[in-house]
Amino acid sequence: MSTATLTDTLLDFRDVAMTFPDGTVALSGVDLTVRRGEFVTVVGPSGCGKSTLLRIASGLETASHGTTELMTDRIGYVFQDATLLPWRDVQRNVELLAELNSIPRLERASKAKDAIDLVGLSGFERHLPRALSGGMRMRTSLARSLTLDPELFLFDEPFGALDEITRERLNDELLRLFAEQQFAGLFITHSVSEAVYLSTRVIVMSGRPGRIVDQFEVPFDMPRDPDVRFTAEFGELVGKVSHALREGHA
Amino acid sequence: MTDTILAAPAADEAITPVVPATGGTMRRRRIPDGPLRIGRWGPPLLVLAAVVGLWYFLSLVVLGERNFMLPPPHEVFGVFAVEKTRLDIFEAFLTTMQVALVGLAISAIIGIVWAIAMNQARWVERSTFPYAVILQSIPILAIAPLIGLWVTDSFWARVVVCILIALFPMVSNTLFGLQSVDRSHRELFKLQRASRMTVLAKLELPAAMPAIFAGLRISAGLAVVGAIVGDFFYQNGVVGIGALIRKYQSRLDNPELFATVILASVFGVVVFLLFGLIARLAVGKWYDFS
Repeated sequence: MSTATLTDTLLDFRDVAMTFPDGTVALSGVDLTVRRGEFVTVVGPSGCGKSTLLRIASGLETASHGTTELMTDRIGYVFQDATLLPWRDVQRNVELLAELNSIPRLERASKAKDAIDLVGLSGFERHLPRALSGGMRMRTSLARSLTLDPELFLFDEPFGALDEITRERLNDELLRLFAEQQFAGLFITHSVSEAVYLSTRVIVMSGRPGRIVDQFEVPFDMPRDPDVRFTAEFGELVGKVSHALREGHA
Repeated sequence: MTDTILAAPAADEAITPVVPATGGTMRRRRIPDGPLRIGRWGPPLLVLAAVVGLWYFLSLVVLGERNFMLPPPHEVFGVFAVEKTRLDIFEAFLTTMQVALVGLAISAIIGIVWAIAMNQARWVERSTFPYAVILQSIPILAIAPLIGLWVTDSFWARVVVCILIALFPMVSNTLFGLQSVDRSHRELFKLQRASRMTVLAKLELPAAMPAIFAGLRISAGLAVVGAIVGDFFYQNGVVGIGALIRKYQSRLDNPELFATVILASVFGVVVFLLFGLIARLAVGKWYDFS
């Protein structure tokens, strides 16, 4: 059991702290583990260091204290905005990461095609980003990361800028992808209901300096039924998380 | 008296039919243009008609006998009917255009390479960018005699004048473009451990294209100015527009002088429009220049 747990761990943070050169303490004493099959969501107030946590996990930043271990190099990273290259069409945007990893042309074209199919953008391959809606841009961004077959998928508030309806639809898409593609997820959001709906575990962070104040296992089955959001249990859990968030913030 | 009658109706005719269309476009700005694009071409054409009308008025009515100072339009454009003059002006244009194009091409190459070097290494930017600014502020008329001293071939002396005034917009625009890349785009590449060359080729240069083309457009206009200024200074060798203007000026061939000056201005406008078109064809699909 313990060995299984060890090999299943994809990301392990021990007592991680982050102090920026200007003296800002963004994180302090963070212990966090993400295992295969998990979809972990971090909620917290703005400026609590949620994004910093993700940037450390991806290697964009180095923690100033503590140990961080990453057991895979197949990492997907979805930014707050879609970060598509405006001069490339959907197909070539989705191929970009494979291209940067020197994957041969034919192979990356077929990977891109599969990923575009997965996010439901077939038929839009030749569209430029400016011709797409915000939701479609985000799907393109997701597809781009999917070409790397990530074992660990990091999401930095990816749907924060989208309208409610698009956001809910993309949440469902993401759950479907999670079930099909078998990646582990670490998802940052400031929406409590989004956090509970998407994840197997919700982590609540306090305001700056960000520290973990509470964790909740989400008991609902995967693949998740969209109607679970209207059950009493769901409402109750959202209430608990919100309560923890308020306490941590005070 | 007959002159007045000749001038007035011309202006009237031009004005009456266009007014309703332009008036409508002014009030409701977003109305799509018809197939003739009257909304777009109407107003400048109207101004052109007014200018021609005013020109006739000044030349024939105000100046009258002394209109050698401003020959009427038909006399000015009449010079193209003389084959010798037509050939002289045409050849001068070819020469000036050659100088301007060679100067522009060299400015573009030096400008882009210099900006890339500054973008790759901060120390290159810190140590050389001030000189780009100094280059920009050298009064070209003051330094022209020196160039003549150093570059004896008059064609290349003119090209050097072009480069001196056309280089700065290329350098500064390209550098601005390369540095305008979003942080998140850089991080996207960083996460894949992309090399500097890859970032340059696949991210920075494509992102800089709109700025580079904007710079090219400014530089193209300046290169034309530089070529004409060069003609003025370096008269030996092939005759360019500047030299031709000087010749007509000294001989008091005023209609020819006006014709050449107007043609030079039209040339400048054409170059500006041409490079605008090139920019739109190159990056207009994804970049909105308006």
